[in-house]
Order: sequence, then C-alpha cells, then structure tokens
Amino acid sequence: MQIYELPADMLARLIRTREISAVEALESVLGRIAEVDGRPGSLNSSDDDPEDNERVHAFINLTPDRARIQAEEIDRRTAAGEDPGPLAGVPFTVKDIFCVKDTPSTAGSKILANFVAPYTATPVSRMEAAGGVMLGKVNLDEFTYGSSNESSAFQPSPRNPWDLTRVPGGSSGGSAAAVAAGEGMLSLGTDTAGSIRQPAAFCGVVGMKPTYGRVSRYGLIAFGSSLDCPGPVAGNVTDAALMMNTIAGPDKRDGTAANMPVPDYTKDLKVGVRGMRIGLSSEYFRITYFDPVTGEFDQQPIPEEIESAVLSAAGYLAQMGADIVEDVPMPHTKYGVPVYFVVSRVEAASNLHRYDGVKYGYRTPDSVDYLPELYRKSRAEGFGVQSKLRILMGMYVSAAQYSEQYYNRALRVRTLIRNDYEEIFDPEGEHRLDALLTPTTPTTAFPIGEVYGDSVLMQYADQFTVPANHAGVPGLSIPAGFAGDGLPIGVQLLGPDFSEAKLLQIGMAYEMATQGEEWRRQIPRIE
Amino acid sequence: MSEYETIIGLETHIQLNTTTKIFCSCKADSWDDPPNSNICPVCTGLPGVLPVLNERVVEKGALLAAAMQAEIQPVSYFDRKNYFYPDLPKGYQISQYDQPLARGGFLDLPMPEGYTRRVAIHKLHIEEDAGKTVNEDGQRLIDFNRCGVPLVEMVTGPDLRSAEEAAQYLMRLRQLLRWLGVSEADMEKGHLRADANVSIRPEGADYLNPKTEIKNVNSVVSLRDAINAEVERQINQVEGGGQIEAWTLDWDDNAGVLRKMRSKETEADYRYFREPDLLPVRIDEIQREEILAELPELPLERRARFVEQYELPEYDADILTGERGLSDYFETAAATYGSDPKRVSNWVMNDVLRLINDRELLAEELRLTPEHLAEIINLVDASTINTSTGKSLLEKVEDSGQSPAEIVEEEGLGVVSDEDAIREIIVSVIEANPDQVATYQSGKTTIVGWFVGQVMKQSRGKADLQLTRSILEELLTK
Repeated sequence: MQIYELPADMLARLIRTREISAVEALESVLGRIAEVDGRPGSLNSSDDDPEDNERVHAFINLTPDRARIQAEEIDRRTAAGEDPGPLAGVPFTVKDIFCVKDTPSTAGSKILANFVAPYTATPVSRMEAAGGVMLGKVNLDEFTYGSSNESSAFQPSPRNPWDLTRVPGGSSGGSAAAVAAGEGMLSLGTDTAGSIRQPAAFCGVVGMKPTYGRVSRYGLIAFGSSLDCPGPVAGNVTDAALMMNTIAGPDKRDGTAANMPVPDYTKDLKVGVRGMRIGLSSEYFRITYFDPVTGEFDQQPIPEEIESAVLSAAGYLAQMGADIVEDVPMPHTKYGVPVYFVVSRVEAASNLHRYDGVKYGYRTPDSVDYLPELYRKSRAEGFGVQSKLRILMGMYVSAAQYSEQYYNRALRVRTLIRNDYEEIFDPEGEHRLDALLTPTTPTTAFPIGEVYGDSVLMQYADQFTVPANHAGVPGLSIPAGFAGDGLPIGVQLLGPDFSEAKLLQIGMAYEMATQGEEWRRQIPRIE
Repeated sequence: MSEYETIIGLETHIQLNTTTKIFCSCKADSWDDPPNSNICPVCTGLPGVLPVLNERVVEKGALLAAAMQAEIQPVSYFDRKNYFYPDLPKGYQISQYDQPLARGGFLDLPMPEGYTRRVAIHKLHIEEDAGKTVNEDGQRLIDFNRCGVPLVEMVTGPDLRSAEEAAQYLMRLRQLLRWLGVSEADMEKGHLRADANVSIRPEGADYLNPKTEIKNVNSVVSLRDAINAEVERQINQVEGGGQIEAWTLDWDDNAGVLRKMRSKETEADYRYFREPDLLPVRIDEIQREEILAELPELPLERRARFVEQYELPEYDADILTGERGLSDYFETAAATYGSDPKRVSNWVMNDVLRLINDRELLAEELRLTPEHLAEIINLVDASTINTSTGKSLLEKVEDSGQSPAEIVEEEGLGVVSDEDAIREIIVSVIEANPDQVATYQSGKTTIVGWFVGQVMKQSRGKADLQLTRSILEELLTK
C-alpha cells in the first residue's frame, strides 16, 4: 500500500508518532498527482488533447512549494516533540471557491482568474492550524453553478476516476475526484444544493453537508448565501468526522455561524445504531419533473439498482438494531428544485454584482469612455454562460413586479420544505426519526457532454439533495456499492439540525457492516 | 405667493458616532485620514467576505428611535439594495427595507412665531454608507473609507410647510442627536445630510402635487435657500401654465442654484431582498428597557421644565437647552447658588457662553465648574468683589483651574470697603488734580465720574463704588 492510499486518520497518527514524515507523505501524494492528474485546468486550453481523456484533471492550481514549507514545518514540530494537531501532515485540497491568502482564488471563472486573495477562509485556516498541508486548489463548476464541473472556465474539467468518460459530479467535482484518485486524503468542498454529496456519490467517497451555520462561510465566495455550506469530502466516515472536528464551530467573522460548541465527532463514532429510528420515504424513490408549460408534474421511478442499494443499506441497519420506519411523508420534496431555481438565482445574481471590472478580477481590454459600458463588457466577457443564466433569472424573479409571484412565493414553499423535516424529526411527533435514509442521486455519474447544456435537466441531479439545503439540515453521503456499469452509488442520511454526530455514527455502522464486502476492495483504475 | 401652500418632507441620513464601522472593525471616522486608509476585505466587498453586525449601531439607532417617540421593533431585518456604482463595492448596499428598526414617531418644532409644528416620522432604519467618488482630471477616483460607516436613515411625512420649518427640523434634529450622544451631527463633515421633497398646492387643497427631490443639501442655510428657490421655481412654473415634473435636483451651494440631475418618471428597481448574511435584529423586552433607561430628558422637555421650574423666559430656556452639557451646567450652578435662577441664567448666557465660544469648548469641558460660577456670583452678592472683578474671575478660574476664593485671596481682589483707605486715595487724587476740582466746583458736577475712574485706577478696581462716590461728593463740595 502506498502512503497516498492511507486514510487521513491513520496517516496523521503515523506522522504524529514520527513513523512517516509529513514530507514523505506529501511527496507520495505529489507523485500520485503527477501520475494521474494530467494538465491542470486553464483558461486557454486547446480542446483536443486525447491524453486529457486518460487523466483526472482535478486541479486548477497545485501549490507544491507552499505545501512543502508546511510539511517541513510539521516535521520540525514533531521532531521538537510538539503536536502539530489532529490533521498533522495530512495533504488536503481546497475547492477553488475558498480564498487562500496569496494564492489565486478563481471560483472557476474567467472573471476571477487573476484574483489573488489577500486573506484566508476560516475553514482552510482551521485545517492548516490543525496540521493539514494544503496541496492547492481543485476545479469546480463556475462559481459552483452546476452538477458536473463541465461549466468551469478552466478546462479540461475534472473526470470521474472510476470512468474517465464520465463527469465527477459537481460542483465539488474536483474535490471528490481528487479524494477518489488518491490526490490528497481530504478536500474542503461546498454544498449549496448537493454540491458535496452528489459528487461524493458519483466518485464513491464520503461527503457531508453540515447544518447551515455549523461551518463558517467566511472566505467562501458566495453562491446562494442562505444555502451555502462548507463541508468535508473524505475517503471514509472516520476521516469526514476528523475533518468536521477541525472546521466546525463559531466564527466571529460569520454572524450566521452557529454559536454552539462542537462535539468530538470521532469520539462515539462506533456506538452503533441500536434503537435508532431511521426512515424511508417514497418521495425519495422517484424523480419528479415539472412540465415547463403546464406546470403539471411527471413522476418516474429511480433506477432499480439505486433503489436496491438504499434498501440494502436499510437492511444492514435493521440487522444492527435500528428501527426502519417506512412510508415517511415528505410531501414537499418535489418542490425542492423549482424553489431552488428561484431562491438561489436571486442570491447568486446579487452576489455576482461585485464583479464589475472596477476593483479586481477581469476587466475588458477594450477602451471604454462610459462607465456602464465598462460593466457590460467586463461582465459579458468575464462570466460564463451558467453565471449569465443565473443573473438573468435572478434579476427577473426578484424584480419589483415579479418578486411576489416568484421570490416571495418560493420562500413560503421553502418554509413548507423545512416543515417536512421538522415533523419527521420531532421527538414528540409521529415519526420521531433520528435520520432519513435516501439515495443521494437519482442516477450514477453521467457521460461528459450528455446533460451539460440542459440547465434544467442538470438541476434535477440535485433533486434528493437540495431539500436539505432549503431546510438547513445536515446530510451525509456514503458509498453503497456499484451499479452494473461499474459506477459508484451513494446513499444519503439526513438528520435534524446539528445531528452531524449521529449521521456519522450511522454511516460508520454501515461502513463497518459492509467492510467485508467485495465492492469495498475496488479501487479506481486510472491509466 | 400667499395663495400657495408649500409641502416639504425630509429624508435625513445621520452618521452614528460608533468607534468602528457597522459590519467590520475598521475605524468609522476617517475625517482626518488619507483616502483608502480605513478599509479591509469586508468593507471593500472582496469575494468571500461576510458582514458582522456592530451591536452599538443597533443600540444607538434604537436610542434615537426612542427619543423620536418611535416604536422600536422587536424584530427587524437587513435587506440588500442592489445597484451598480463604483463606490458601492459589493454592488448592493446593506440596508433595511420593509421591516425597519423602528416605525412611527414624531418631532415637535417650537417655531419662533410661537406655534409648534409636529413632524411625523415614517420610518427609521440603519444601513451602511457607500464610498466617495471624486472626479479629478478626467479620472474617477474612489475612496472606500466611508464604506460601511453606520447611518440612520429617517424619513418624515410631508408635514413641513415652509423652508423655515424645514430648517428648524434640521436644527432640532441636530440638537437632539448631540444631546443623545449618538452622532456628532457635524453637517460640514456630512454627519447629517438631508434630501428635501418639495411640492406646492393651492392654499386649502388636501391633495399632493408631484414633488421634486433636492439632493446634496449640507447645511441649514443651504436647505432654506434651496427650498425657497425651488418653491419660487414651482410657483413660476404653475403660474406660467406649466406643470411640475418629478425631477431630482442638485443644489449647487457655491452658485446658489438648483440643477436638474434627472427626471424621475419611474423609481429605480433595487430588487430588495433579505440579506442572507445577517441574522434578524432582535430587540427583546429587556434590551428595550435598557435602551429606554438610557434615554435622557429630551431638549424640549427640559426647555419646558426650565420655564416652569426656574421661571425663566422661553428665550433663556431655549438657549440654555441648546446643548445637554450647557443645560446640565446651568442646573448645577443654579442648585449650588440656591436662589434667583434668572441671575444664574444671565451669567451663563452672557459670560459663560462667551467663554465657551471663545475657547471652542463644551460646557462640560470647562475648568470653570458650575460650582465655581455659583461661588463667584455669591462673592459679588456679598460685595466681596464687584461685578467687573467677578467677570474677570471667570477667565482666571478657567485659565488656572483654581477656585475663585483662592484667586481673590492670592491676588488681593477683594473689594476695599474700608472708609479710611478709600478716603486716603481720594484725598491724594484731589490734591493731585486742582484743575478738575475747580471744574467741579464751578458747577460741572458730571466730572465726578472722572474722579471715580481715577480712584478705581489707583485701587485696582477694588474700591467699593458707592462708598467712593459718597466720599468724593463730600470732599469735593467742601
């Protein structure tokens, strides 16, 4: 076994006991990156390089020199008898939507391609303070707007390590692909509609969207500010818990960060699920599409392989003593995507206002003598199509004459979605659930180019993940085997506010129960 | 002009005097600082930053609301006001829209003519200021220092009926802001800015005509001049058969003229929506009571009490309550002095105020404490010193910080009322000036004043005036 294949938890232990040096670990991972990642995403890639289809392309900016300085510092501290922290020497990547001081922070967009952040995002600085070694920035959908990473201005976009003709999911596609391919044990992602959980499911890794406010958003370049949650992408549940320990907690720079103490998520990870009530809802076993003209909806069952992966997981949990509660009503689940189309676009359009070519980022090279012309040209040339679509729609549905009909209505439906969760998790209620078990995604990873271009269809990849963002509740996606096409399937656990510890316990129970299974030994082949 | 009534509403922006900005820890006051020196990633809106609310802004805003008799809302929200401008680095201003910090309220304006105008307040909200754009040599320069400076925006009803009333509103508001200690309210520094909505209608009408908005009025005088100019323009327009269009006008202070900035057919759509980066502002009953407990007696209340309790003329009461520190000064002096508050008022209004103005101090900064003042008046009352010595004592106490009694003692300023001593001086004056004695004795007795002056000069002003006069008359008529 290579060092790059070790889980973060084990690697940190070996580095703290000086059995492996942080520099060795870093070089192992850098070697792996050199081997599998191929050329990094860039603005001016020529499209046709056949070799691109044989590599992962997780990175936009690899910063090995910065990482070496950090790794050497970890080794100096262990040699001096100091403890560098729980992530001692663990190489990790950061989705390029977080600001890291003195490094390019691009958001996957041409408009920020030349932006070098003068400060570091809170979750990143917390990981570094815990001893983590940052490898660099990984690719994403432009400003996180997508579920496939194909919309990044930096091409080639990441591939799915399990099948390089498939997308890794998104928008934290670079994160999930990197962890799956052995390019850093952990990655810091963000989840606005499923952007951690969906790519984690597509790439066969663990991804957690914490409760809204559990992890500070300071330094996260905003998409939908009321929905955005930074969270971990990791190889297994223990590593996700370890990472949660370091990134969660109050932050005086984020007024929406919860002012609550952080439990040790790794402490009771193995308590098991005996007596826990875990629900299944039929709303999560079908895909609902709304007819854009009539508004009528059409429902189709999800693929049988995905459904049976969820039911099999339920079976394992039942065997270990959990009560499985069936037919849990989640009547507003199907409105998750339509509501998201409105709420997230309004916030996104506003959040994109600051990119105007005046202060930083891209400015049109053309000479202009009229200020609005500077705005128009800089934004027209700097933003990609996904940003523009979000600006157009966000501007429209928040305009004075439409906001009641769209935005305010969407907010009311959002409350109804929240109520669904409050009801099933109510400890005095009818269902009294500890968690809801669902598929993470309606499909496995789709082929590159198949869905991209249909923004509506792309959004439906988030159907089972987005309701948790509306409600603010936490969600965990864990690998649950493979489909017949060889692609990973993920199952999702959703819980009430601040129930991350319990979700991780359930995930851990399932992980341990399936440890002996054949599929657990599969690794992606990149050659 | 008499057949038209003027209708004015004012929108004021008040800069709160917090130490730091509303959403970051940068220094709020940049008056003496070079451009872009009090800025950080948060107030310049860099990617990824978040605002964090400065609680002092809420407290000061709520205190002002309480003083305006407005209803402090238990929950209010921040909203984003979206528009593009280079000095608005986020592309939106964080403000409050449909759920402001406070609603309702009013300010009473006692007018010099004797009536009181009550001005309703529609809403009061807190928000961040934008930066400053300066056009220089064909370049547009931006100073972000002002970004994130805390403001209260307060909008009145269309309740003001003349430029003079509008001016009074601004003066009373400025007085109140300083009184409460929530703003320096220095209009020259832009701490208090006003936009005026102006329309006219025939006397007796009850409808409102289209209004114009005058921007950038930054002094009481400009406000009065700008409104008068606009009312005159509107009347001429209507008299000439024209119509008033909803223009936005800019007041050019130097030229003393209004310029049309833009027509305002439709309101800009700012696409307001709740600011997701900030939690709702909650003021519970306990906090509300804490704020109300901080609320001092207000200027107009104190003014009325001074008339009632001290039997002062309104004129005195108004001047003495111009600033909170001055009114406190008067009350302490009056209490220490014990009797005749009007006598204390005269001293404060004539002499202490002159001292305050000459030295550019606040009443509470004087070394001449109200106790000192009472002591000086007492010394004069007891004829230990005369009035002119008393007045010069004010300066001496202020200069030295010593008590009046100490200075009188040290400098021997006590009045000489020893008859023999005075008689001695008078004799020497008479002997030294035979010509003037002759003049007196020839019947021109008014020259006695000249003799008094000589005696005062020799006694260094300490001779008891009455005694001097009677001894002089006695000896000169001999």
